[in-house]
Amino acid sequence: MSDQQFRLADGGRIDRERPLRFTFNGRELSGYEGDTVASALLANGLHLVSRSFKYHRPRGVLSDGSEEPNALVQLGVGAYTQPNIRATQAELYQGLIAESQNCWPSVDLDVGAVNDFLSPIFPAGFYYKTFMWPKSFWIRYEYFIRKMAGLGKAPASADPDYYDKMHVHCDVLVLGAGPAGLAAALAAGRTGARVMLADEQMEPGGYLLGRKVAINDRPAMEWVDNSIEELKSMADVRVLTRTTALAYFDHNYLTLLERVTDHLGPDANGDRPRQRLWKVRAKQVVLATGSHERPLVFRNNDRPGVMLASAAQAYLNRFAVRPGREAVVFTNNDSAYQAASDLVKGGVQCTIVDVRPEPPDELRAAARKQNIDVLSGHGVISAAGTKRVTGVDVSSLNATASGYHDAPRHLKCDLVLMSGGWNPAVHLYSQSRGKLEFDASRACFVPGESVQAERSAGACNGTFDLAFCLSEGREAGKAAAASAGFRSKSSSSSPKVESSPETPIRAVWRMPPKDPGGRYNKHFVDFQHDVTAADVDLAYREGYRSVEHLKRYTTMGMGTDQGKTSNVNALAILAEISNADIPTVGTTTFRPPYTPATFGALAGRDVGELADPVRMTPMHQWHLAHGAKFEDVGQWKRPWYYPKAGESMEEALSRECKATRNAIGILDASTLGKIDIQGPDVAEFLNRIYTNGWSKLAVGRCRYGLMCTEDGMVFDDGVTSRLAENHFLMTTTSGNAARVLAWLEEWLQTEWPELRVYCNSVTEHWATAGIAGPLARKLLSELTSDIDLDSKAFPFMSWREGTVAGIPARVMRISFTGELSFEINVQSSYGLALWTSLMSAGAKYGITPFGTETMHILRAEKGFIIAGQETDGTVTPVDLGLEGMVSKHKDFLGKRSLSRPDTLREDRKQLVGLLTEDPRQVLPEGGQIVAELKSKPPMKMIGHVTSSYFSANLDRSIALALVKGGRSRHGETVHVPLENKVVSARIGPPHFYDVEGERMHG
Amino acid sequence: MKYSIFSLARNALSYHRDWPRAWRSPEPKKAYDVVIVGGGGHGLATAYYLAKLHGVRNVAVLEKGWIGGGNTGRNTTIIRSNYLWDESAHLYEKSLKLYESLSQELNYNIMLSQRGVLNLAHNLHDLRELSRRVNAIRLNGIDSEVLTPEQIKARVPILNTSPDSRYPVLGASLQKRGGVARHDAVAWGFARGADRYGVDIIQNCEVTGFRLKKGAVEGVETSRGYIGAKKVGVVVAGHASVLAAMAGFRLPIESHPLQALVSEPIKPIHHSVVMSSAVHVYVSQSDKGDLVIGAGIDAYNSYAQGGSFPVVEHQMGALIELFPIFSRLRMLRQWGGIVDVCPDASPIIGKTPVKGIYFNCGWGTGGFKATPGSGWVFAHTIAHDEPHELNAPFTLERFTSGELIDEHGAAAVAH
Repeated sequence: MSDQQFRLADGGRIDRERPLRFTFNGRELSGYEGDTVASALLANGLHLVSRSFKYHRPRGVLSDGSEEPNALVQLGVGAYTQPNIRATQAELYQGLIAESQNCWPSVDLDVGAVNDFLSPIFPAGFYYKTFMWPKSFWIRYEYFIRKMAGLGKAPASADPDYYDKMHVHCDVLVLGAGPAGLAAALAAGRTGARVMLADEQMEPGGYLLGRKVAINDRPAMEWVDNSIEELKSMADVRVLTRTTALAYFDHNYLTLLERVTDHLGPDANGDRPRQRLWKVRAKQVVLATGSHERPLVFRNNDRPGVMLASAAQAYLNRFAVRPGREAVVFTNNDSAYQAASDLVKGGVQCTIVDVRPEPPDELRAAARKQNIDVLSGHGVISAAGTKRVTGVDVSSLNATASGYHDAPRHLKCDLVLMSGGWNPAVHLYSQSRGKLEFDASRACFVPGESVQAERSAGACNGTFDLAFCLSEGREAGKAAAASAGFRSKSSSSSPKVESSPETPIRAVWRMPPKDPGGRYNKHFVDFQHDVTAADVDLAYREGYRSVEHLKRYTTMGMGTDQGKTSNVNALAILAEISNADIPTVGTTTFRPPYTPATFGALAGRDVGELADPVRMTPMHQWHLAHGAKFEDVGQWKRPWYYPKAGESMEEALSRECKATRNAIGILDASTLGKIDIQGPDVAEFLNRIYTNGWSKLAVGRCRYGLMCTEDGMVFDDGVTSRLAENHFLMTTTSGNAARVLAWLEEWLQTEWPELRVYCNSVTEHWATAGIAGPLARKLLSELTSDIDLDSKAFPFMSWREGTVAGIPARVMRISFTGELSFEINVQSSYGLALWTSLMSAGAKYGITPFGTETMHILRAEKGFIIAGQETDGTVTPVDLGLEGMVSKHKDFLGKRSLSRPDTLREDRKQLVGLLTEDPRQVLPEGGQIVAELKSKPPMKMIGHVTSSYFSANLDRSIALALVKGGRSRHGETVHVPLENKVVSARIGPPHFYDVEGERMHG
Repeated sequence: MKYSIFSLARNALSYHRDWPRAWRSPEPKKAYDVVIVGGGGHGLATAYYLAKLHGVRNVAVLEKGWIGGGNTGRNTTIIRSNYLWDESAHLYEKSLKLYESLSQELNYNIMLSQRGVLNLAHNLHDLRELSRRVNAIRLNGIDSEVLTPEQIKARVPILNTSPDSRYPVLGASLQKRGGVARHDAVAWGFARGADRYGVDIIQNCEVTGFRLKKGAVEGVETSRGYIGAKKVGVVVAGHASVLAAMAGFRLPIESHPLQALVSEPIKPIHHSVVMSSAVHVYVSQSDKGDLVIGAGIDAYNSYAQGGSFPVVEHQMGALIELFPIFSRLRMLRQWGGIVDVCPDASPIIGKTPVKGIYFNCGWGTGGFKATPGSGWVFAHTIAHDEPHELNAPFTLERFTSGELIDEHGAAAVAH
């Protein structure tokens, strides 16, 4: 077979100066720049491209665009490979490698094709009726079913490419650069409006690319080129090719996906993104998305070599490829006559089979002139051939198209072209929540009234004649610009084209079988999923009569083409079977995206490190340099502990805990949420937010607060300081800061707008170093001269302003460890300087940095809670033993809920301490507690371990737990059953160290 | 006609022209003993169990559209019973047990595929909560185990378990009995089963109001006329509040969009169900080969069955971080449903202020896995005018008494 023997000697829009080599199923082939994989395969005479999903039937190229259900290939290799790529859209590049999918060992000889022979017992939904015995076997059946299913293969490694996003606003967004779209963009652009024009193909022109028609007495593509040139000369007009509109959301928000470098192949993208997602907010939208030709439904209509008439025409005219030698053109409308005419000119013999008894005289006369036989009133009964069509049986149809008059006649051919009428591409209109209407004379769904600021023009509006497309497009463009506030400055008229009258189609939705009562089981409706007209019938018979049930039961329209070529045929057949009219049956919902969208492009740059911001404190580099292990807390990286060389985690914790209790420890507390709250009503606001009272808090003092949700459950806690009469600083837990701020704002904005309170997140404005331990005061006194650190002058739970190590600072005397402790807050940019000053001045006292784990141990020794660890949204302040913090004198969020019957129960789960019988044994956090052990589950649980550690200071394990009625159970022994052992422990009070608090008050 | 490989083969001989309807399509009668409003999985299951277990066969299921067209046909098909609180665990476990023999029970293959559900832990807090949950589930007699990162890698080799990942995987819980099922088949199987017991399934019949007399229900007004009913069970996810308003009371429910999407079909590559509540992604691969992917709910309230795009964008970033090889795969279809969420993320199943009207609602994002169990307890509740002990805690009154079943708080699921 010689190279490209089906390529015409001249013509087409391919670049013959740029020949390209590519590989299909291991075979080296050639094509040209401007080819798609499909056109290049056809140029090489290759029609068998893939195997179908269910029956593994041989399949070829059906279409020339994004509606393609059959010709899907695995494109590229290694990390670049992509499954399910439509050969009809993939542009050829040098060295492209494509493989057939869903076949083994090859597309020619596919073992899976046995399914085709078994198809009599595999009708639609067969799997619902079998594989149920024996019960345990489904998972084994399923293993094989899964192996057979799926199409292409996922890459085996991460994506080497990257993706971009663009956010744009425009006055008029025109989707589709065919005649209507170009006319619309020109008309809108000429008014000075900001226009965006996007088209999914590699070049503008739409259906004109594949036709030989004249505009202004010149080849139509000249008009296209001139139009694009004019558009590009306009200041505020953007033209995007290789850009598909994916989805139409509310408020004229649309997403478009541009394939920036896909057509160049993996080696030639030059550091550019692979694809770019455009997020467009358009004042007005013009949809000019064209239409898709419908296949006709006859026996074996899926054989390679059976394709859409318009596709054959495009391969011929646009790609200079002769898709066969002898064609039967099977049609129910006028448009295929032009295709036949073009094909004859391209050297393909044609016979037209028209189901209409009386096709228009002019068309017949024109055909006769080209020696094209027209069999009017005829239908194709079936196609012959397996891997390539070899002929068709035709006969004359009776008046109701329910059978044939004559015995079938066999016509030899290697190409069958179908034209079953046209489906306007109403997907985006439908996504905009518009309601479709049925146009009976053209037998298609067209847009009804607009719901959003949107207009449809041209073929997607059911307007198929070129002259009308151009004028409709122009009007839509003008009107859209006018609605966006731009009036036409000049009056220009539509370009001149010949208009041809349109005669109605004769919709025969499924060709009757040869014999009366014959079967429809090879009349394919949905090619990709092998759904036949018999399956539609079966679904109806079994009661799956809603069009949505039909879809789900037969999987019709659920393929990668989303039923672009199948849906209308299927629902029309359903209508026929059920004696309903087509609009009553209706369509299934058009779901976004219009064509499949790369996950990577939807994620854009928000992957890897940027998947979620990582937040680090100003002292982060110091922690890294000193070997800290980190813990993720929300988005923050917090030092967890600081092991020294050769030290285990336990050893490090023991060292950190002892140093803090006996000398001095230092903690980076910068991650705590900080909310600056100002205004005359802040104290009242805090009264409502927190369970305790705030009115009497003096300037210079700090107070610990608990906040509850409406149901009385603890939500967050922290210390809030009064900086001035009308100025407070609230701290929150590190992970909850954003939620707390949102909570405050929600109440301020929706419920208490009268309060004069203003909240502002200042978490990252401040760096905080906490020093804790008996030597903390001593160390601090060496670094500050303007703060009186005397216990009376600077008591526990107060704050002072001054300088520390020469840095302006707010120093708070608060404590989470139970030690004498100062939290020194400085501007973030001074954080590291403060930290290193403290470290060097503290060296002589053995200052020891400690992380969150030591902090947790020390606070647990004291019985201080962590919101989110001792609480889980079901714990009240009273459950925690903090009833002293629940004010009886004021109202606050959650107060009413605290007096509900359930919250008043005596046997609620309450915070207790647990001491294991074996002091070396550390209970696992999350262990469930039972009072009564049984030999095996189920067992009645009475609570769970919330916190548990080995305490080096106490030289034993300690734990906190929530236990049903816990406060009255002190002294009882309970059990924690684990997978392979049981740990027993005694309940006691939830504090283990310095119960009186002398150390932190000292 | 019983479904089996033999009946398939026999029918192949007659070209499948003799299969009967899976369910009839009768005209509504003047009155029924029980009317179930809502022809989703839960409603159909309720009718099935009413007829089968409680002998209540004069039953109609009224569906405003087509059966299974709401959340039954829009979810990500995950089934599991790994719930923290006893009340939830018992209810969902009942459901899982029913699922385990549902194909045989209904003689309709619902394709329950117990391929295991993993919930990932990405930080120490997650790990603690995961361990708490696994311990609780096990002590409730339900299967659950903790996996180490190495065990996770062995089970899901394509998962990014690198410690440098933005969301490092520190551990996971595994419920081996968890998995997925074919969601449509659950609705259709229950419909066929209920129909066989004489239940009337009436599609395209929208309930527009209730007719009450002295605080008790007499029947429902519908788009196909008035239908009398001694008892009415309402199970209409996404519109429970609307129906409650028609009956004259309010529910503590907020309705939110919840989105899901599928990829194009690919050859099998992902064999478990992986969920990560911390990054709001869950993903499994269907028998057809699609990756089925869900996210967290959209924050705003809406009745429109479509969500906002930023949720999908965010979800994709997290998905690719967890599964880097998915980046070049493509989203085939996206859609939304409406979930009714209670303040404690647990359902309401029981009696209402109106005598004879029962509500089953508020399943939030978790309804599909509960379908048979929900129908089972709701049928009991309607038949006996009293809840079964399994659903007794799930009353409407708990929002007054405070006896909440808060699956929000320590939830290891994406609520």
